[in-house]
Amino acid sequence: MGKHVLLIEDEPNIIEAISFILSRDGWKVDTHSNGHDAVGVVHDKAPDMIILDVMLPGKNGFEILRELRAAPQTADLPVLMLTARGQLKDREMAEKYGASQFMTKPFSNAEVLAAVRALVAK
Amino acid sequence: MPEHSLVGNRIRQKRVALGMRQVELARAAGISGSYLNLIEHNRRRIGGKLLLKVASVLGVAPSLLSEGAEAAFIAALRAAAADQNQAQAVQADEFAGRFPQWAQVLAATHARAASLEHIVETLTDRLTHDPHMAASLHEVISSVTAIRATAAILTDTKHLEPEWRARFQRNIGEDSHRLAESAQSLVAYLDGAAHMDKKRATSPQEEFETFLEAHEYHFPTLETQAQAEDAIGDLIGESADLGSEAARHMARAHLGRYQNDAARMPLDAVIKTLEDHPVDPAALAGFFNVDLAAMLRRLGGLPANNPLGPVGLAICDASGTLTFRKPLPGFPIPRFGAACPLWPLFGALSRPLVPLRMTLRQSGRGGGDFIGYAISQPIGAARFNQDPLYEAHMLIVPQDAGDRDARKIGVSCRICSKKSCVGRREPSIITAEH
Repeated sequence: MGKHVLLIEDEPNIIEAISFILSRDGWKVDTHSNGHDAVGVVHDKAPDMIILDVMLPGKNGFEILRELRAAPQTADLPVLMLTARGQLKDREMAEKYGASQFMTKPFSNAEVLAAVRALVAK
Repeated sequence: MPEHSLVGNRIRQKRVALGMRQVELARAAGISGSYLNLIEHNRRRIGGKLLLKVASVLGVAPSLLSEGAEAAFIAALRAAAADQNQAQAVQADEFAGRFPQWAQVLAATHARAASLEHIVETLTDRLTHDPHMAASLHEVISSVTAIRATAAILTDTKHLEPEWRARFQRNIGEDSHRLAESAQSLVAYLDGAAHMDKKRATSPQEEFETFLEAHEYHFPTLETQAQAEDAIGDLIGESADLGSEAARHMARAHLGRYQNDAARMPLDAVIKTLEDHPVDPAALAGFFNVDLAAMLRRLGGLPANNPLGPVGLAICDASGTLTFRKPLPGFPIPRFGAACPLWPLFGALSRPLVPLRMTLRQSGRGGGDFIGYAISQPIGAARFNQDPLYEAHMLIVPQDAGDRDARKIGVSCRICSKKSCVGRREPSIITAEH
């Protein structure tokens, strides 16, 4: 089994598509669709990286990222942020809170795959 | 041509148009014919109650005669010049006097430009902050993302098992259906917003003020308890001016307070008391056993033919933001931007619960005199160890000129001529008074 990715996203069909392409590429994929307890799930699953959507029910992705960066065991965890907004403000927020990479929707499967490979290979 | 010189001309024009002799108008207004002659030839100023009386006899709104209407008009011209950084704005009154129709065209064009700029600002704000817009766009982009990712799997995966293929095809079907619905919803929303913006004012505050103006700030159906059962809902439901829920919320809050004031201070009793006694809002508040702010609000919402005549009312919150504007001829209240910090309305905020009464004189040539009654009172219920928030009210009543201690005030800094004002926020385009 390959490296472990945790996908935190609330759109079922996006979850299914990303899970499929990553699984086919040899990654172990876990998914979670609620922002409220996402930080606890990250600590429990201990993935090699996470793909994190910004707009989530319960708690937004920036807040989750801030909490992850504040905890020693996840401070350096690679995080690819996904958002439906491509505004400069969101990109600045992602950088401020320590996102490893930022990607705007709609993205291509190849872009996601390339980003995941690059982040875990670092 | 000074601003006040236009007033005498207007009185004379109206009188002549009515076929009324000078002596007839003078007698009806309670002044001598020679004094009226001086007024009509702009050698005596007219304002306050006498102006209201003359307007009443001539059967016209005081604003058509008053210096205030001219002042507001001149202020509009100066604001137009200010936007172009034209120092010649000081000659706005001369321009208005010599070319009145062109001046009206300029003022109307400037007002139109300001309105359009405001629409642009509102729409820009809507694009960035409107939660419905943000949610709709998010829905569209999410659907597109899912379709794009799934379609790529279907086309790029060489050996896709039949069950996966069927599953992804079904997902695309679902997402395309969702995309169509969310796109239609977004277009319908944008259509509705564009239609609303063309039709009426563009901010909830403006919609609310248009609604108040349409009713002349007075609501007969709220005056008696028997009529008032569903009257607020009817007033709001019937209004074409209240296009947004935010505006309806403002109207509902104001009318609820109006209804409460009317119940505690019945209209007939207020009118009778005003007929019998000189204006003293504090004494009236004592008579009706209400707080002074409520009394000022009540006086500000009386019908136009009340014994006080036309009055103005301004209310601001603790930040100094004007939340209610009822302007008066000669006492315009800025719709955009901040007002003059010398108004007792704002002074009251730093002296909570202390009633203030002050004679006010609008700066600029021919500025009229007014009495400003102001008070700031806490809002909301008292809570232990929590500082209250204050709200200030100011009633504006026209006054005959002559008080040597009148405080000179303005409308807003940019078009105010007051010299060496400690409250000035920005330079004026008007030549300073000496």
